[in-house]
Amino acid sequence: MKAIVNVYLKEGVLDPQGKAAHHALGSLGFDTVTDVRIGKQIILKLEAKDRATAEAEVKEMTETLLANTVIEDYSIEISE
Amino acid sequence: MKKLTVSILQFPGTNCEYDTVYALKKLGHKTHIVWHKEETLPEKTDLVIIPGGFSYGDYLRSGSIARFSPVIKAVKQYADKGGLVLGICNGFQILTEMGLLPGALKRNNNLHFISKHQTVKVINSNNAFLNQCSKDEILNIPVAHADGNYYIDDWGLEEMERNGQILLRYCDIEGSPTVLNGSVEQIAGICNSEKNVFGLMPHPERAMEFVLGSEDGVRMLKGFQNA
Repeated sequence: MKAIVNVYLKEGVLDPQGKAAHHALGSLGFDTVTDVRIGKQIILKLEAKDRATAEAEVKEMTETLLANTVIEDYSIEISE
Repeated sequence: MKKLTVSILQFPGTNCEYDTVYALKKLGHKTHIVWHKEETLPEKTDLVIIPGGFSYGDYLRSGSIARFSPVIKAVKQYADKGGLVLGICNGFQILTEMGLLPGALKRNNNLHFISKHQTVKVINSNNAFLNQCSKDEILNIPVAHADGNYYIDDWGLEEMERNGQILLRYCDIEGSPTVLNGSVEQIAGICNSEKNVFGLMPHPERAMEFVLGSEDGVRMLKGFQNA
């Protein structure tokens, strides 16, 4: 099974990298952009008996290590 | 003067452990460098220092992987029993990742690695760390970090202010708050509510000799011998 974990700074926590990219896009004339958030994507391959087990396990991994929930939110997508 | 036994942790990527040994030896203390695979701290440890550097290459997030090293379990037990712990720079990041200190350290606002001498103001000196400094005193201490942008939510900040947990703020040479890296309320150093775990981004161990630009670190690190 494959799990894709997206980790990004929480709403309300200033994202300096996103802000810099937003500014750069504006300088290049892409003035339709109203916000940029930069996060990271972690792709895991794992063995699990079913989707639910995989999801529970990846959630635990994310909360323990992959994301710092003081400042970050995350989403998990599981595929076969 | 009380002679302390100081245990200084070393992870792959730590690079300030020998400066820290130098600083503590200069103050007359006994030091041990403790490799991260150790499961216990040296007997009679009076103070644990988690020094600066780039443990595990700062991969994933600064301090996030070091936090799961075997020695960390011993440090946590030591701190839970009231033992004194100081985290400098990467050590501060590790302590927030462990949850021994509140908040988190994000990428600097200007995205630069900031390396320079910086003035900081002492906000609270009534603790085991800064008792040789006076409140509102201005210290000149080097900083060197990319992820020093301290974040805490409003509720957490209020609680820290109420408990006197904010120890240092970045300031200009006159003492007015100055934005260095985007930290909430220009915070440079904090402690836990029990006041036995301390963390700061500036490097007092690099400010031990007048000829090297500042000896204000002496006054900071001296505090522990009176604790």
